[in-house]
Amino acid sequence: MLDLLAQTGLNAVYAASYISLVAVGLVLIFGVMGVINFAHGELFMAGAYVVVAVYADMHMPFFIAVVVGLLFVGCLGLLMERALFRPLRDNPLGGLVASIGFLMILQALATMGFGVRMEFIPPVTQHVVQLGENISIPLARVYVIVAAIVLLSALWYFLKRTRFGWALRASAQDPQAAELQGISIAQTAKIAMFIGAGLAGIAGALTAPLISVNPHMGHSVIVTAFIVIIVGGVGSLEGAIIASIAYAFVHTFVTTFYGGVIADITGLSLMLIVLIVKPTGLFGSADRA
Amino acid sequence: MRKALIWIAFGAALIALPHGLSFSQQEILVFLTINILVVSSYRLLTLTGEWSLAHVVIMGVGAYASAMMTKNLGVYVPVAMLMGGIIAALIAVVLSFPLFRMKGFYFLIGSFAAGEIIRLLWKHFRDPFGGAKGIKGIDPMPDFSIGIYDFDFFEPVSYFYFAGFIVIVCLWILWRIERSPVGLTFHAVHWQDKLAEASGVNLRAYRTLAFAVASGFAGIGGALLAHYIGTINPGSFDLDYMVFVLTWAIVGGTGTFYGPILGCVVLTILNEVVLRELGFEQLRPLIYGAILIASILFLPNGLESIVQKFTKRSAKS
Repeated sequence: MLDLLAQTGLNAVYAASYISLVAVGLVLIFGVMGVINFAHGELFMAGAYVVVAVYADMHMPFFIAVVVGLLFVGCLGLLMERALFRPLRDNPLGGLVASIGFLMILQALATMGFGVRMEFIPPVTQHVVQLGENISIPLARVYVIVAAIVLLSALWYFLKRTRFGWALRASAQDPQAAELQGISIAQTAKIAMFIGAGLAGIAGALTAPLISVNPHMGHSVIVTAFIVIIVGGVGSLEGAIIASIAYAFVHTFVTTFYGGVIADITGLSLMLIVLIVKPTGLFGSADRA
Repeated sequence: MRKALIWIAFGAALIALPHGLSFSQQEILVFLTINILVVSSYRLLTLTGEWSLAHVVIMGVGAYASAMMTKNLGVYVPVAMLMGGIIAALIAVVLSFPLFRMKGFYFLIGSFAAGEIIRLLWKHFRDPFGGAKGIKGIDPMPDFSIGIYDFDFFEPVSYFYFAGFIVIVCLWILWRIERSPVGLTFHAVHWQDKLAEASGVNLRAYRTLAFAVASGFAGIGGALLAHYIGTINPGSFDLDYMVFVLTWAIVGGTGTFYGPILGCVVLTILNEVVLRELGFEQLRPLIYGAILIASILFLPNGLESIVQKFTKRSAKS
């Protein structure tokens, strides 16, 4: 029993790491752009398909595929910023609706390019780290955990210790005041979109060999990300990370003991309860919606 | 007088319409009729300024309720359809308690969560709802005759007349609601909520009313769909369908009564006639996505703004 708990806990840590990458990207985009990016799950999917194309089909090394995934999806983010969010900055619902349109386009492109069937991706490594008699974790999952810790620490350093990060936080707090101080909003918007989308892309790329890659995989990702950012408080990066960990543990444990559908219902109910009791989320105070 | 003639001509055209179409086009016409009801009821909800992502799931509530009543209790189909609408409205009232504590974006996400929970409940409980496979073999509408015309519901034409009649009655009711003092209050709740509240309008009650009425008509739409296609499952009422409804409403424009209907008709014609004939069926989500983006970027007030340009004298509405 103890082994099962430890094993499930380990699986939850893995889930928390890729969920937090996706959720932090979503929060970053919301903070700076004021737009909820409905297409975020499809950016995750795009990252996974880059791995399919570069690693599985072109037989390049896996880590090159992951970097390509980061860059490619980051550029998709830049495209969204330029083509959709910048022209619609004065229309709060517009950005959201446009991102729904972008979601459909990405999904259709994936279907046309790769077909609706699940993609087969050869495992990156068969190695399994044995932590105890009945406790083990595949090395590929360790990669995801390590990548999440490294990337989120780097992001934290970037946001809190560099000039760009400082500008980014300023324009998330008060765009007008930031602009008056000589911070280019267009510039920070680009950086935020690139990082936010890139984080979703790299999460998708890293997890691609571990999950089923298909054109509709974005749906469950975006649902999870919404739950996490609502529980954590829209606009709060720390909240998103803490909520990711909490959600991953709840979801993984409920899945293990009661099944996946009940786990999804639990997650959504948690989100509704937070929305009813404390709509700003457990850690949020910013309110730009 | 002239108006009456136009309506009679319009009615005659509707009756004649399916006879010029192929079988599959007649089927699409039935779906279009149902979708018009769904998108029009959605507009009633948007009148109060809230954009729900649960509307299609609520429509599914009506479909499930009606299908289960005919299958398990043997209720006469039209009665079950009406009951489906009533149950959808009641579920909406229940949902309104948590959801109307939220506004704007939070309401959008909250309604999405509520809808997903309902869909997952259908998926999880195999006993009444049939699980992921849903409900199969739903009783079709029993045939009947009204003297001059025999309804044979194996024919899509008959179902089109039947559904068309119900939808027109529902649209008429929706239109009357919008033009009544209640409908004007809905507008006030959206545009002048502080003023309305200060004038003694119970905002929460009116929001709930709009939500319940819109959901009730969506439920009837769902029931019409269920008894036509004969099988429903949780996937029939997923986010993709919701996005289509949203697209119709946004492309058409929600400022007028006819806007969403126009969007629904134009996009369905574009989709079924143009795309299918040209063999671009696979591109459907791509083109819908592009149209959605293009209309929000270049035509933020929808197709109705084009119509209004040509008929400027209807400015009094």
